[in-house]
Amino acid sequence: MTKREWNLSWNRRTKVALLAGIATLYLVGIFIWGLCLDPALYGVNYSEKLIAPCTEHWFGTDFMGRDMFYRCIKGLSNSLIVGVLAAGVSSILALVLGITAAIFGGWIDKFVNVCVDLCMGLPHLVLLILISFMLGKGTRGVTIAVALTHWPGLTRIVRAEVMQVRSAQYVQAAYKMGKTKVQVAVTHIMPHVLPSYLIGLILLFPHAIMHEASITFLGFGLPKEMPAIGVILSEAMNHIAMGKWWLALFPGMMLLIAVLLFDVIGEQLKKLWNPTSGNE
Amino acid sequence: MKRGKSILFELIRMILLLISVSILAFVLITKAPIDPLVSYIGTESTLSQEAKNEIAEYWGLNDSLPERFLTWANHVLHGDMGTSITYKRPVVDIITERFAYSFVLMLMAWLLSGVLGFILGVICGMKSGSIFDRMVKFFCLAMKSAPTFWLGLLVLMIFAVILGWFPLGMAAPIGKVASEVTLGERLYHLVLPVMTLTLVSMSEVVLYTRQKLIEIMNSDFILYARTRGENKRQIVMRHALRNIALPAITVQFASFSELFGGMALAENVFSYPGIGTATTAAAMNADVPLLLGIALCSALFVFTGNMIANGLYGIFDPRIREGGNND
Repeated sequence: MTKREWNLSWNRRTKVALLAGIATLYLVGIFIWGLCLDPALYGVNYSEKLIAPCTEHWFGTDFMGRDMFYRCIKGLSNSLIVGVLAAGVSSILALVLGITAAIFGGWIDKFVNVCVDLCMGLPHLVLLILISFMLGKGTRGVTIAVALTHWPGLTRIVRAEVMQVRSAQYVQAAYKMGKTKVQVAVTHIMPHVLPSYLIGLILLFPHAIMHEASITFLGFGLPKEMPAIGVILSEAMNHIAMGKWWLALFPGMMLLIAVLLFDVIGEQLKKLWNPTSGNE
Repeated sequence: MKRGKSILFELIRMILLLISVSILAFVLITKAPIDPLVSYIGTESTLSQEAKNEIAEYWGLNDSLPERFLTWANHVLHGDMGTSITYKRPVVDIITERFAYSFVLMLMAWLLSGVLGFILGVICGMKSGSIFDRMVKFFCLAMKSAPTFWLGLLVLMIFAVILGWFPLGMAAPIGKVASEVTLGERLYHLVLPVMTLTLVSMSEVVLYTRQKLIEIMNSDFILYARTRGENKRQIVMRHALRNIALPAITVQFASFSELFGGMALAENVFSYPGIGTATTAAAMNADVPLLLGIALCSALFVFTGNMIANGLYGIFDPRIREGGNND
């Protein structure tokens, strides 16, 4: 294979797909690694308190002698579970509400719009705190709070997409052939909005994960004994005045990388699935 | 005539929405699995059951939910939001006092991020594809993905702990009487929180302005201006800035919700005595009156931002001004 041919085979489509693939692999890897991690690896060990990063403890250890590297992996994995679960629920809510609003129109449409406005009326963080507070905090509280507050944006996108195909001839033809609105929605409209829905879902993950971490950091989310990035960072805050920089730097960095990678996957897929930019 | 009507309509819609938001907040908080009586008198009180019943009756805890909401709303309209359990003072006083602190913080971060973000965005847009542009773009993407509280911790670590340039937190030196604190000391304590909040909210403006500028520079009237012999700087100053300044300002006004969230997180990192720390304290101590008051206030804050943004759109965008039909 000559150099030219080599370059040709690596067109943008392949590169983009590869990038998204590597990002996915990394995130899935962390997720599974965290699930199978032996709790003893990040267990309490008072003889090794507050060690700075070294070859044995890559990210150092905290005030209870827990290894920060394994704790971060486990914490990120926990955050991913909560984030993916909540974002999934939120996106299904958005899909159903968006399609229903656009197809049925009238007062249903108005009602959905009012709900969207209502949800966006309070600062997102305040709404999250209120819902988590109502549910008595904890894992359940934060998961439900995140799941119930991330649908408005995606609902608007789905609704706008459906509005565009609503009056298309093939949809009208389906109505004329006696299909009900639900049938049309499932067989003709759903496939059309699926790409933008999936991209919306992927771009929802980082938001969900970040909000979970914020709420946990403030003390309304995952319980203290559970390794989670929010918990780790709120503990780090107590030791920061003593110059224990590694307690805050690495866990946040791991979260940042995870969030960035989700963004990368979403943006790359957007390019791939869009016919105008997909074949450049 | 038509515009006056639409503004009135918008105002009514906003008020209705505000009422629904307060109902939502009220229901959420009253449905919480906490007993307001217990959180008020403490778990180890020696009060008899009769006395407890009496208090519950006096507070109207046995009334139905709509009745309780109406009582609360009636009091709020008369300027009485109840007494905070955490701070043992009227909620109105606490909110006005704390909001003043938060307002200064938010205003400074908002202005700084707006101005700096806009300038950076314009420079990046003009030199799109250059190394500077790529670096700023990557920086902004990273800032957008970085958790606010982590950024706050990093800022705190670098500038307060390692370099020791700025204090570790709070709004004034510890152990000083509030009346003796000078303006300079207050500003000195504000630097790090403002810096954190600015960094967080700036990326949105930079990326938006950059994108808009690139779009406009590719349009036909810019090509025409170029054929007339205007150089790049003239084109940007004369034609492009007018087209992007207003959308950028509008975006900045519409970001009040994120600004509030960022402020709450930044305040908690720097233990700055504003609304953000009051929110977490209220939710931690099951302080229902304060939490409700803050929820209402924050909703009002977001509404103001959205209303200004909508107003700006209406006034400055001729398409919306004349059309008025969104569908």
